[in-house]
Amino acid sequence: MWLVMVDTTLSEAENEMTTRHGAKGWNLIVDVAKCENCNNCTLAVRDEYIENDFPGYSAAQPKHGHHWIKISRRVRGDGPMVDAAYLPTSCNHCDNAPCIKAGGEGVVRKRQDGIVIIDPERAKGRRDLVEACPYGAIWWNEERQLPQIWTFDAHLLDQGWTEPRCVQVCPTRAMRALNIDGEAMKLIADAEKLSVLLPELQTAPRVYYKNLYRFDQDFVGGTVIGEVSGVVECLHGAQIVLSKGGKEQARTTSDLFGEFKFDGLSPDGAKYALQISKDGFDGQSRDVTLSKSTYLGRLQLEPTKRANPGQRQPDL
Amino acid sequence: MKRFLLKTVLAILPRVLTKTARKNSSFLEFMRRHNCVVQIKLKDDSIGRYFTFNHGVVRSVAGIHPNPDVAMVFKDLPTAFVFLKPPPMQKPLDIVHAAKNFKVVVAGPDDLAVWFMQLLNRIQMTSLTFGTAMPDGTTRFTTTTNGGPLFVWVKGGRIIRTTPIDFEDTDAPSWTILARGKAFSPRRQATVAPHALSLKSLVYSEKRVLYPMKRVDFDPAGERNPQNRGVSGYVRISWDEALDIVVGEIKRMKREHGPGAITLYHSSHHQWGNVGYYLSAMQRFGNLIGYTRVHLNPDSWEGWYWGAQHHFGNSMRIGVAASYGTVEDCLKECEMIVFWSGDPQSVPGAYGGAEGTERRFWARELGIEFVHITPNYTATAQVYGGKWLPIRPGTDPALAIAVMYVWAVEGLYDMDYVSKRTTGFDEWQDYLLGTSDGVPKTPEWQEVETGIPAADVRALARAWGNKKTYLAPGSGGTGFGGACRNATGGQWARCMILMMAMQGWGKPGVNFGNLQIGTPLDFAFYFPGYAEGGMSGELQFSACAVNNYQRMPHVLTMNPVKQMVPRQRLPEAIINGRATGYAWDGSSLEAQFAPFEYPMPGYSPIHMMYRYGGSSFGTVANSGRFAEMYRHSSLECVVNQSIWFEGEAKFADVILPACTALERWDIGEWSNCAGYVHHLQGQLNHRVAVMQHKCIEPLGESKSDYQIFLDILTRLGLGALFSEGGSELDWCKRVFDSSDLPERIGWAEFVKKGYYVVPAEPEKTRDPVNFRWYAEDRRKDVPEPMPLPSQYAEEFGKGLQTPSGKIEFVSETLKRCDPDNPERPALNRYIPAWEGLHSGELMKKYPLQMISPHSRFSFHTYNDGKDSVTNDIEDHRIAVDGHYYWLVRINPEDAGRRGIHQHDLVRLFNDRGAVLCAADISPMVVAGVVVSFQASAEYDLVKDSQGRVADRGGCVNGLTPDRRQMQGTEGSAPNSCLIEIDRWNAMVEA
Repeated sequence: MWLVMVDTTLSEAENEMTTRHGAKGWNLIVDVAKCENCNNCTLAVRDEYIENDFPGYSAAQPKHGHHWIKISRRVRGDGPMVDAAYLPTSCNHCDNAPCIKAGGEGVVRKRQDGIVIIDPERAKGRRDLVEACPYGAIWWNEERQLPQIWTFDAHLLDQGWTEPRCVQVCPTRAMRALNIDGEAMKLIADAEKLSVLLPELQTAPRVYYKNLYRFDQDFVGGTVIGEVSGVVECLHGAQIVLSKGGKEQARTTSDLFGEFKFDGLSPDGAKYALQISKDGFDGQSRDVTLSKSTYLGRLQLEPTKRANPGQRQPDL
Repeated sequence: MKRFLLKTVLAILPRVLTKTARKNSSFLEFMRRHNCVVQIKLKDDSIGRYFTFNHGVVRSVAGIHPNPDVAMVFKDLPTAFVFLKPPPMQKPLDIVHAAKNFKVVVAGPDDLAVWFMQLLNRIQMTSLTFGTAMPDGTTRFTTTTNGGPLFVWVKGGRIIRTTPIDFEDTDAPSWTILARGKAFSPRRQATVAPHALSLKSLVYSEKRVLYPMKRVDFDPAGERNPQNRGVSGYVRISWDEALDIVVGEIKRMKREHGPGAITLYHSSHHQWGNVGYYLSAMQRFGNLIGYTRVHLNPDSWEGWYWGAQHHFGNSMRIGVAASYGTVEDCLKECEMIVFWSGDPQSVPGAYGGAEGTERRFWARELGIEFVHITPNYTATAQVYGGKWLPIRPGTDPALAIAVMYVWAVEGLYDMDYVSKRTTGFDEWQDYLLGTSDGVPKTPEWQEVETGIPAADVRALARAWGNKKTYLAPGSGGTGFGGACRNATGGQWARCMILMMAMQGWGKPGVNFGNLQIGTPLDFAFYFPGYAEGGMSGELQFSACAVNNYQRMPHVLTMNPVKQMVPRQRLPEAIINGRATGYAWDGSSLEAQFAPFEYPMPGYSPIHMMYRYGGSSFGTVANSGRFAEMYRHSSLECVVNQSIWFEGEAKFADVILPACTALERWDIGEWSNCAGYVHHLQGQLNHRVAVMQHKCIEPLGESKSDYQIFLDILTRLGLGALFSEGGSELDWCKRVFDSSDLPERIGWAEFVKKGYYVVPAEPEKTRDPVNFRWYAEDRRKDVPEPMPLPSQYAEEFGKGLQTPSGKIEFVSETLKRCDPDNPERPALNRYIPAWEGLHSGELMKKYPLQMISPHSRFSFHTYNDGKDSVTNDIEDHRIAVDGHYYWLVRINPEDAGRRGIHQHDLVRLFNDRGAVLCAADISPMVVAGVVVSFQASAEYDLVKDSQGRVADRGGCVNGLTPDRRQMQGTEGSAPNSCLIEIDRWNAMVEA
């Protein structure tokens, strides 16, 4: 997994940058839970850059093959308990950008507003810059012999646009662009529990992610059923306790369809125990080794044998 | 005095022309086109002046010219003034009236006559400014598309970008809905669907047809080689040669074969607009030459039209529900939404941009629960979550019936409603419980069919029976849906109505919908929808008569050829020479029962096909038949008026290059269809009328559809009749004037700014909730002029269109009109699909069920292929060795069994054909089912080493059956399709 949850504290490098630049800068916040893969953002980027040169900012994008904003999919679980998350990635406009260091004098520059620009003249022939980016966000334009990135639509922002095009066209508002200072961004990142990609590299990205667990964490879930009056029913309101190493991690109850789900678990191969209980039924335990999202299927509880057969039926 | 005035006006005219030409270079250019003498006079020659045009210079002389090229002759003085008043004072009704009654006659060669009339009309347009100058030196024009309106930024004659329209503060305010203590107001943007954002790349696509072309081995005077259609290449020809061939063939058809020999075959959903649309300019063109109509089947509605409407009426909505007031009702009252065969995030209704997206997030915010019944885990389920009930295609009615069984057994239905507002429930209940046929329709009974555990069905039925629930069939939530295009489509749609009847349809929180449609807009504001036929003048096969014909005076046209071919049967008609169909006619419940036959006595079989619009190999069932049809020797000439060299265009003898809507004038209101799709703007957050600017000049030698039709008709002497002397821009003005827009915004301001936002309906006067009147047994109170007044059995406006006036559990019209049809019994029994799980040997041979829903990224075939940016969307096509392959979604289990890995090339095949796709493997599609969309614009046959042929364009409709979903109907059923899949690479190596 190349995506890791970030500590809520900012990295040293970020702190440094924040201190150095009290000024406003652009940040992009992507809510993974709201990205629906409509591709309006990727199409808007193609619409903007293909066949359009913006001197000083970017040369035209080739007609095919480049993904300056790229959407990756992750499908978790198994039918019927399945979900899909989509992760739009792009140039992170890192404050501590490896490409700037690799680029040398004036080839890749950092603007006052935080946006990274690969100079479309000076970067000619610099294929090495593609390798310099740990995020794979720099694309090689074979025809123009240029490394290229999504420029945050800097040419538009400089003309007074209040947001880049990807944000404008996003129907779910999964993307937000904020032009704020580092302190304010840190507060938001803390409050909304935002992550960045590959924080251990300390590149100080300006693209943040919300609900990244949908993409890089996993779940365990199941469907609780049991026989009631001679027919199998979904058991609503069963209690499920998740433990690890004998310690309770979380608990939940099954829904109308008997389904339950524990999400945000690290797929690190840890062993979990699930204890399922429901009035009128014998409890059941399941052990799970979690290396990927797991749907346990239909877990049938046995009705508790009663001394008094006149006892009421369990609630569904 | 008046005589003097007329003389003065005529004398001034050259000065006006000269002055205009001096100020406006394009006007001068237009005036330069012809050198000729034009006479304007009164019929009695008492007043006249003639105008000599010479290389853009005009001079005039009072009097009568002995031999003018064009003569505009007015019967009398008053008629002359009807025409020669300053434009703002002209009355279109008087002008059309004078023309229709020969009070004015324009004589002379058609091209000169049309040119001169267009020149006069053009004067008033030269003062207009189009678009907004932007700081970066671009001009920002507007357009609208199948996926929403756009700004189009142009610089130096090139499109720079296309962006959604963010409303300004000066645009009308939005509505607010108060629900459960919260206030909801929509985003101030005309949101767009992804396909809208591919337009620029489509305009500049390398696949554009930039000049007329002729098939290399097509010789109209000699060997035509029809067998080589789709095989042979093309050679560039001039417009003159192309028009000579086409006009020559039209004349020859009439001369040698007689009426009916020409057919116009078009796909639906091409480009937006009221002028250039197929129902507008194309239909007017067709009517003026006479053509055999290819009669469409209601393919979006199939099960609803052929089935559901017989239980509740609404034939003029093709059997689906209306939506008034339901967004507000849903947000306020509803507790659960059941999405059934609907994925509004992939298919936003139709034309709905991304407008419903925000509203469904509100529903989630309010705790409204979502359930999704579909064979695949839809984009809607993915982003909003909710319970997924994966169902096997075609078994949907079994699930519905079992849910109703639980309701019946457990008393979880609205008994009061059922007793007062419905008929036939006892008979229906007997069927549910098995009293009448010995088979109780238990959840266990359905499990074998649907694959959904019985326990889940009981849980669903109880949740539904206890909660106020919105049922959302199809993406619009009021009908439609892939399950209605299946052998069981009629049964399913009928069940949807019966379920609503059991739950008290129309009561608070109980209705059809998924928040995709039903916003509180002002529907009384009039703007014509595309179904009103634009400039067609066609009264029978458009909704022109409802409003447009009165509001926009124009000359009526009529197609004298009564012969029709059902679209699904077109190949049989051409190849076998005969076909039978059933009409799509919403005027009554009974209109669909009468068959029609091709050929019709008195008419010629078809010998010439004039094809218009996008490719349809991807969208019509069993489309391999169409390739065969094109090669049939009875088709002597095939013309294709196409923007791109794609799919079907490659089967033509002559290709006429049309331009995109961004290269010509048009006008349209976003998502306004009208006709059978009354008030579809209800899916929008704001009504937006849009000037569709001619943003750039047509590329290459391409021309607007209007101009191509006009050029052909001018050679037939019909140009003046077609154009009424107007250009496309003049027609846009006429559409504008016909709407309520002039009450709100001036023409000059409208064409400059490019759009107008209709203010939302004030809260106090919002439309009532759909069907509330029915639930409460009141007179109908929603603003739909349907059904027709004659359709009420009792009192006008009370009750439904059914014979009983109520929802009928057992359909009276089916009992009366189609009593012995085993595939459509009056009592809606579950009859397994004729191609599906019960298909025995066929199922063994082809064990995978394929459904082919609409694509999210291409509106039918419009945005696909053609080298557009859409190709690079991984969820649309995948590039393998430089070719962009269509995708097929397959379950890991099914893929594993066949040795298929992610993005492997695979062959989808059955007895009808073979299609190559790239595999997308995930548990988001249930085992035993594959999903591939119906929108491929490419058609590209290739052979493997064993000589087996497959289409690597991705037209999966090459695999789907053309069998009618129920006998006695024309309903298509492409989602009842069995196939097998294997690896294509392995085959090549073998």
